[in-house]
Amino acid sequence: MIHLTNINKTYQGKQPLHVLKGIDLHIQKGEFVAIMGASGSGKSTLLNILGILDNYDEGEYILDGTLIKNLSENKGAYYRNRLIGFVFQSFNLISFKDAQENVALPLFYQGVSRKKRNQMALEYLDKVGLKDWAHHYPNEMSGGQKQRVAIARALITHPSIILADEPTGALDSKTTIEVMDLLRELHRQGMTIVMVTHENDVAHCAEKIVHIKDGQIESIEIVNDTNE
Amino acid sequence: MFLDLFLEVWDAIKRNKLRAAATGFAVTSGIFLLIVLLGAGNGLIHTLEANSGEMDLDAVSIDPGWTSEAFGGYEQGRHIELDDTDGELSIAIDPNRVLSYHTEFNKSVTITTDNNKTLGTTLKGGTPYMFQSNKDKVIAGRLLNQRDLDEKRRVAVIAAPIAERLFGKDAEVVSRYLKIDGSMYQIVGVLYVKDNTSRNAETVFVPQTTLRLVYHLGNKADEIMLRTQGLARVEVFEVFEKVLRKALAIKHVFSPEDQRAVWISGGGAQAETMDDAFSAIRSSFWFLGILTLLSGITGVSNIMLISVRERTHEFGIRKALGARSWHIIIMVILESVLITTVFGYIGMTGGIAFCEYMNAAIGSSTLDIGEAQIEYFQDPTVGLDICIEATLVMIMAGAVAGFIPARKATKIKPIEALQAR
Repeated sequence: MIHLTNINKTYQGKQPLHVLKGIDLHIQKGEFVAIMGASGSGKSTLLNILGILDNYDEGEYILDGTLIKNLSENKGAYYRNRLIGFVFQSFNLISFKDAQENVALPLFYQGVSRKKRNQMALEYLDKVGLKDWAHHYPNEMSGGQKQRVAIARALITHPSIILADEPTGALDSKTTIEVMDLLRELHRQGMTIVMVTHENDVAHCAEKIVHIKDGQIESIEIVNDTNE
Repeated sequence: MFLDLFLEVWDAIKRNKLRAAATGFAVTSGIFLLIVLLGAGNGLIHTLEANSGEMDLDAVSIDPGWTSEAFGGYEQGRHIELDDTDGELSIAIDPNRVLSYHTEFNKSVTITTDNNKTLGTTLKGGTPYMFQSNKDKVIAGRLLNQRDLDEKRRVAVIAAPIAERLFGKDAEVVSRYLKIDGSMYQIVGVLYVKDNTSRNAETVFVPQTTLRLVYHLGNKADEIMLRTQGLARVEVFEVFEKVLRKALAIKHVFSPEDQRAVWISGGGAQAETMDDAFSAIRSSFWFLGILTLLSGITGVSNIMLISVRERTHEFGIRKALGARSWHIIIMVILESVLITTVFGYIGMTGGIAFCEYMNAAIGSSTLDIGEAQIEYFQDPTVGLDICIEATLVMIMAGAVAGFIPARKATKIKPIEALQAR
């Protein structure tokens, strides 16, 4: 599903910063991978490159059979829309849209009719258990609810992968469990998930933990299934 | 898709009603003030035009006088008599500038009505061109036409004050008869005059050909009026006058330097100053108007700039979810255009309504100065085409005001836009 070969990334500036130094990583379909590392280790940059939100200087990134390199703005937008579902630490919901409209937004950019996408949005809100909250605005919901809305939004386009950047970073322990249960459920249904986190508990929900240090993969840890 | 986009934009506007209203106010007041200013300017110009005398500004008159010096064997003090040939001479010496002429003849006469009222007044020979160049209007019946002249008809147009004095106020006078120095004339029209001091307020017009026939005047003239072009500039007029005077001096044998033998005067100099005044008024009002329009445009640009900056994070989210650059640019432009269109339309309607109100309230107010009246604010309105153009300019400016910051925003990498706060 994801094949990274020798990915290098340097931030240009007064003092160029070499953040990724030759990352090689292969993630199979249906895997649930956590990326861990200290801040500044390059884990977020790696996730941004996986999400086509940022570009890389060297190497090769193949996502679901497509080479992602030097894409035009519009091509990038197209692949983000079709292949990737994002879950962010700060939810990134649009504040003046209610839950249903937020979930439906990716379909707007696919040209799906308003009626169809609202109906689908309701369906996906139901999947994350928020059907009754469809017409609530983000500021009327708890962090956990917001993150579930964001997950519904990530799922609505049937993406190839879900990329989660510190999905529990802004949540308390109770809602963290809620959200992680949902991600695990998605994993069980066969979804490929890549998640960045610095919380050990959260990382251990995944099957595989990739430890990154100073822009390189330090180790890959296989998590025992007994974690439940 | 378009309806969807429109609804997206509507959401964004609804979210920030105050900002939309503030932008809208700048647009509305810009258009409103522009139209009101131009309307007021037009009112001033129309007023100046209306009060600028009763003669066409491109007319030149030649009046006979008395020689002020001895010349060619004649003593001074000789009366110069003009006739049609002097008009023809004028055309001959400068056919490019003198287009046509007509002669005027005045005669003091006594008129008697069919109800035996008598009145001493001035009889003038009229021609269609004379009425036209004087911008004359009738309040009843018609003016004299070419057939009246060709057939030397016994018909008359009388000035309104005379009609009133002879027949009483609001009497039906068209088709009634007048006896002038023993000849009968049928009244065909009543001439509008502004007030009792106006030129021709005491005049009866009959066809010029009739007048000449009845009084055995041959082709003599009391005054020759030339219709001219290209004489609006004072320097040009002075040269023309010198040449014309010289030609007349040779024909009538007087000194070419004799300023009193014939009087040549034209509206040229006046026309020039009037033109200057009009263009000064027009350009200063346009200048002010465009400044207000610009302040409206600046208002829109400013708000769009702030709005786009504020929404960078939102645009980042949208891009992460698959929005392309044009989605975002179109959305911002549409928002800007929607605001300018709605509020520009309000301003335009308001401006036009205000101009019409000015027109109705003080549009043709007159100022009494003794017996005469001056109109001081006439028809302060603006053509609909200009109003619509101004609004369109505003809308286009709104589109540009949306486009520039939106394009800038889409140049930001999605990850940077997402991190924006």
